[in-house]
Amino acid sequence: MSISNGQLAAIKVALFLLCLLPLAWLGWGAWQDALGPNPIETIQRDLGIWTLNLLVATLCVTPLRRMSGWAWLGRLRRMIGLFAFFYALLHFLGYVWLDQFFDWNAIAKDIFKRPFITVGFAAFVLLIPLAATSNRFAIKRLGGRRWQTLHRAVYPIAIFGVIHYWWLVKRDVATPALYALAVLFLLGLRALWREQERREQLAGKYAPQQPPRLRSRIIPIVSRRD
Amino acid sequence: MMHILPSEITPAQTYFDRRKFIGAAGALALSGLLPASAAAQSLIARKSPLSVLETPTPRDDIVNYGNFLEFASDKHGHVERSKLMAVRPWTVTVEGLVAKPRRFAIEDLLKLPLEERIYRHRCVEGWSMVVPWVGFPLSALLNQVEPLGNAKYVEFISHVDPAIMPNVRRQLLDWPYLEGLRMDEALHPLTLIAVGLYGEVLPKPNGAPLRLVVPWKYGYKSAKSIVSIRLVEHPPNTVWMKAVPDEYGFYANVNPGVDHPRWSQAKERRIGEFFKRTTLPFNGYADQVASLYAGMDLRKFF
Repeated sequence: MSISNGQLAAIKVALFLLCLLPLAWLGWGAWQDALGPNPIETIQRDLGIWTLNLLVATLCVTPLRRMSGWAWLGRLRRMIGLFAFFYALLHFLGYVWLDQFFDWNAIAKDIFKRPFITVGFAAFVLLIPLAATSNRFAIKRLGGRRWQTLHRAVYPIAIFGVIHYWWLVKRDVATPALYALAVLFLLGLRALWREQERREQLAGKYAPQQPPRLRSRIIPIVSRRD
Repeated sequence: MMHILPSEITPAQTYFDRRKFIGAAGALALSGLLPASAAAQSLIARKSPLSVLETPTPRDDIVNYGNFLEFASDKHGHVERSKLMAVRPWTVTVEGLVAKPRRFAIEDLLKLPLEERIYRHRCVEGWSMVVPWVGFPLSALLNQVEPLGNAKYVEFISHVDPAIMPNVRRQLLDWPYLEGLRMDEALHPLTLIAVGLYGEVLPKPNGAPLRLVVPWKYGYKSAKSIVSIRLVEHPPNTVWMKAVPDEYGFYANVNPGVDHPRWSQAKERRIGEFFKRTTLPFNGYADQVASLYAGMDLRKFF
């Protein structure tokens, strides 16, 4: 299914508003004092969960595009990725401001001593260059291949994000396990496809028309007598 | 001759089940009455000098936020689900190494002299509240059964019902919930059996109809909905020690100097406040309880 530019623009606007919904929900809840007895915990948990949701969503784009053949899906990924960064940034700011209230000493201790914070912070830091290069200019400047290599950092970022969640829960890891399964599945799918391509390549599917010329020197074993 | 219409003849099954029907009707009538009366049942309690002078957390927050792990893993799922828990009739056995083991009905316990004790409550997760409990010292109960000389520890076993407790069905922990105290901790005047909150009978989400409250320890020590109290010679293997021994110790004294392996315990968020508070050693009860642990390495016995 291919779609017109107008349709794509409409989809983008809808997606943009959809991605803002969780934040609007939190904002409304804060305004109405409806975030429960521990609103800071609610805010931080929701921002974290939506960062993960959006990271998983970006990882879904390529498999969905491949399976459906809808190339335009790829053109939504930048927005989803930038929203993932946006929620990660809010999650980080929420930690610094609401949770720790700029207690830099405690924050530094947390980052270095608490593995779940270390790994969450690492995921956030890794997201920064990706967000910074999410534009046409950066792609041109870096070159497509290098840009793509850089943006594959989203794989470890997603893994770090899930570990961050897993390590912070007290006992019940059912929900983090669901995210782990989703990420493993989406990354596994890529590994599988890559392996298939490699095999097909070996089998000669992508082989060039002309076989490479063997240029070996023939070393005479027996000297010819004239 | 009387004419009896077929429709007026009671079906045999209904006739044979008539007692069940009467019983069910009775239970229905009672269940209609009980929760209403229980919810409104206020308790007469004298004010205790052991109360702290801090402002109690609003009742709604105390009831709607917390951990009741049998019912839910988040902080609020237990509120709805615990409504299915029947808290009458309820009995507690107090047995083990005692001269006079006994089974107490909750009604009898509610007749004991009750006190209102406003205690700080600190969860191991880093949040805290100020709770106006109503109850009696655990020692008042233990003295009635006359502990034997070799009773060194007390263990508390909570109610367990897989039919209404999703995390019991999932075997999230090795149920039933089991906690324990050293004998001197159990007999300490601060150690309370709570049967009420804010002057009324204890709400189900808070561990109705009776729970333990040990204010200088992290909240998970204070077992909810207790059905059995046993006096034993050896340290009980508590439910949390079985699950995660390196994170949850037997003592669980509130200690800002000893972090949880995964997070700091230096500060806490008091529910309803924006800024975090500094956590106090023994949750602010050091004057009363620190001597219980004299000479112990609290880093080792966490």
